[in-house]
Amino acid sequence: MIRPSLAVFLIALTSAVALGAASASHWERVTAKDHARPNPLAGQPDAIAAGALVYRDHCQQCHQANARGDGHKRPSLRSNEIHNLSDGDIEWFLRQGDLRHGMPTWSSLPQAQRWQLVAYLRSIQ
Amino acid sequence: MEASILLVKSLIYFWRGAALAICLALFIPIGRAQEKPYFVTYSHDLEEPGNLEIETKSAVAQPNGGNPFGATAMELEYGTRAWWTTELYLDGQATGSDSAVFTGWRLENRIRPLMRDHAVNPVLYIEYENTPTSDKTILEVVGHDGQADLASPNATLRRNHQHEAELKLILSSNVKDWNISENFISEKNLGHDPWEFGYAVGATRPLRGAASSRECTFCAEKFIAGAEAYGGLGDTSALTMRDTSHYIAPLIGWQLPRGVRFSFSPGFGLTDTSLARVYRVGLAFEFEQIGKWFHSSQGGDL
Repeated sequence: MIRPSLAVFLIALTSAVALGAASASHWERVTAKDHARPNPLAGQPDAIAAGALVYRDHCQQCHQANARGDGHKRPSLRSNEIHNLSDGDIEWFLRQGDLRHGMPTWSSLPQAQRWQLVAYLRSIQ
Repeated sequence: MEASILLVKSLIYFWRGAALAICLALFIPIGRAQEKPYFVTYSHDLEEPGNLEIETKSAVAQPNGGNPFGATAMELEYGTRAWWTTELYLDGQATGSDSAVFTGWRLENRIRPLMRDHAVNPVLYIEYENTPTSDKTILEVVGHDGQADLASPNATLRRNHQHEAELKLILSSNVKDWNISENFISEKNLGHDPWEFGYAVGATRPLRGAASSRECTFCAEKFIAGAEAYGGLGDTSALTMRDTSHYIAPLIGWQLPRGVRFSFSPGFGLTDTSLARVYRVGLAFEFEQIGKWFHSSQGGDL
């Protein structure tokens, strides 16, 4: 039988660990390998044009046509934070998503389309 | 002649759902579904938060010694959260030399317990069904389900309504543009009867990974092909493969403009208990951000 005081301590400890994990930046979780991964389609006009269509189909509904978000919980994708990320970081985040905060995982998109999307996001910074 | 009448009857259900979706499409922005063309198997794709997908899934088959039938499930799927999808199914069926009837409804919830993508992604599926003992939409096969169950007259089926709970463990992975999904199914009649078990596995892949730089309807990336297999695994009173049904079914899905997705699958029975063939057709419409009608906003920070 666990004593009540010990149970309270364990709950508090678990909550603190969970909150700490939740508050850690997305980008601290990116592995060095993913961070360094280059976009094989970077700067290619066809890839940017294709990425714009992928953006319209899957991203625009939340992040708006101009990619500036709704000014509230749906963030702008034309920000310094995005600008300073590596292509690998962005592709990682698209693949992983963040369901807790409303971002779907886009691992179901073919990898080539994720890179096309990254090329498009780079082009609008 | 009978087959064509049957087809018309079953398509009435199909097009009622489609007509509702088309009417909504005139007023609501259209999205693009990312779901796979599975009919029985579930992947870990959930509805985008705030979006509504209306899909009709129809099955046409003829049991040995019975009349041909067409059955349609109209599915209303809403993305409650990015990790939680809620669905309502309305089922109907038309049987040759018999009648066309509304048969029942189902309410299901799919929840992703892990908030990020992993090599294998679990999804918990919980469903309540209020349907006849042998619903002909064949959205799952469990226990010792067989073609004999599907040969009963509609009047008999309507008298034998059942209340069932269904639990599924969905495991799904995306690997090099492939989706590979495995479902473990357990179903329990809430009034009586033992737990029944079943499975569904599937794999799909788009015909091309990269998107085209121009709008197109017939580009290879708009098509997803694959196959699924499903069947029963007995029940707690007879946990055996004897007298169980199993099917294998190639799949093709086509993403059309304006958020419309079409899918088709011919299924082939693998045992004497199975239907010889089941033809399935699906039509889905996705509507963006219906949730805005109910919430000011959702989502989160990058």
